Amino acid sequence: MGEDRSETSALSVSHLTKRFGDRVAFDDLSFEVGRGEVFGFLGPNGAGKTTTVRTLGTLLIPSAGSAVVAGIPLEPANGVAIRRRISVMPESPGLYLRLTVYENLACFAGLFELHDARGSIERALRAVNVADRANDPCGTLSKGLRQRVGLARALLSDPEVLFLDEPTSGLDPAAAHDVHDLIAGLRQRGVTIFLTTHRLEEAERLCDRVAIMNTTLRTIGRPDELRDQLFSRSLAVRTVAPLAQPERVFSALPAVTGWRADGPGAYILAVSDPAIAAPAVTRALVGAGADVLSIAESRHSLEDVYLELLDERAEGHE
Amino acid sequence: MRLNATRVRAIVRKELQDYRRNRSIVMTMAVMPVAFVALPIASIFSLPAAAASATLDRRIGLSLLYMLLIPTIVPAAIAAASVAGEREQGTLEPVLTTPIQREEFLLAKGLAAFIPAVLISYGAFAVFLVAVELFAHRTIATAVFHNSALPAQALFTPLLAAWSIWSGIAISARSSDVRTAQQLSIFASLPPLGVVSLLSFNVIQPTLTLAVGLALPLLVIDLVGWRVAAVMFDRERLVTGTRS
Repeated sequence: MGEDRSETSALSVSHLTKRFGDRVAFDDLSFEVGRGEVFGFLGPNGAGKTTTVRTLGTLLIPSAGSAVVAGIPLEPANGVAIRRRISVMPESPGLYLRLTVYENLACFAGLFELHDARGSIERALRAVNVADRANDPCGTLSKGLRQRVGLARALLSDPEVLFLDEPTSGLDPAAAHDVHDLIAGLRQRGVTIFLTTHRLEEAERLCDRVAIMNTTLRTIGRPDELRDQLFSRSLAVRTVAPLAQPERVFSALPAVTGWRADGPGAYILAVSDPAIAAPAVTRALVGAGADVLSIAESRHSLEDVYLELLDERAEGHE
Repeated sequence: MRLNATRVRAIVRKELQDYRRNRSIVMTMAVMPVAFVALPIASIFSLPAAAASATLDRRIGLSLLYMLLIPTIVPAAIAAASVAGEREQGTLEPVLTTPIQREEFLLAKGLAAFIPAVLISYGAFAVFLVAVELFAHRTIATAVFHNSALPAQALFTPLLAAWSIWSGIAISARSSDVRTAQQLSIFASLPPLGVVSLLSFNVIQPTLTLAVGLALPLLVIDLVGWRVAAVMFDRERLVTGTRS
């Protein structure tokens, strides 16, 4: 699975909009997803993430804009052709609970007209480590196992683009960790993944790039780029005792652009380049006779970026 | 539009596998035919050998009509669950994201209800005829086998089943839950029985020509019904519960 990828984009979305009557589900979305990329689509509940997946998956007809999915223009006439090349795993795996795992997958192998249905099913089940449960009715499986079977079903047709809609929603941490490992495995095999989630640590861990949206697209980029765009870089310094004259220690150091106290013996230094600033700060502290506990780059998480963007939006609406 | 047999077969097979393990469908398929064949047999067996011709005809007509409830009600109950049931289970969205077209999906759902319903109906009819032949008084058995409504019975069985299925699927595609869909579908399946009952009770003289004459429009209605059900199957509304 995952070989034979061309160089073109797996997804190309231009000014895509979906309305239900007067209600706007998402508006003016434009982005590209490269082949083999894991693309995170983040946003709060009701932001339009699932509607975007359903639209790109040809379940819904866009109200405006255009898109190319797996190399095919998103038009009603191309629905079957697009669906042959993609797979969608909805938030709820939607398995036939009275049927066995194998029977569920056999049905979908038929729907995708797979020539070697048995081989494809066995490979997909092995990929998600549920081959030993093939003959169990899906109704007897735990939620985590059902999610795995849903993933196996999504992999059956060797899709060019795999849409995963909240794949770890409602899973316990261990089961979510297993699903993360499976997605990481797919990424290594070069499968293009469009991952919607509101679990930011999940996106940060798995995605090459992320888009943050809330009806409209707020930003798009690599998680570290987004952090750098929104937050200045900084060093967190801790000493055993408060410095007697911190302004003398921290002023005029290379790459240090400012500082502020952050509690007794704690300082935050704004820096332009941590690699240059950190050794200079260390030397200055030692020279001032300070007992240093730690010097570390303060890292803003993707959650900080996310909250910052949503705050900006809320302020913009006030 | 070309229909793909592999995709239709995949859904039919899945449906039949699911029916076997669905207690309510097994009960519908088993109990209802038993009831609707036991009553006619009891009715025929209770006739005295010297029953008047009019009484005999009325009793046979009633018995045959009873058995036509099998191809009417059994597929209606199954078809009503076809789309609403998938929605309730959350299985509709994954299926609709595969290459299947709505016409293929509906045809597969229809066939999956039609095949068992018609087999069960003909099976129940055969049980009735065998029982009459073996155990009924000879005069009465002869009257049953020479009744002119008998070929109409065979002819109308698949046509009534098809009517019930398309109306059931159309209602199912518009219903929010299976129970409501089943209740409405059973009501919707009954109108054609009105015409058949006129034949069964000799209000309209039941000749084979007349039966064929009535069956042809019903066949056309069944074919149009498939298209109507396809039109009522709105992917967008089914997935989101609303229309754009």
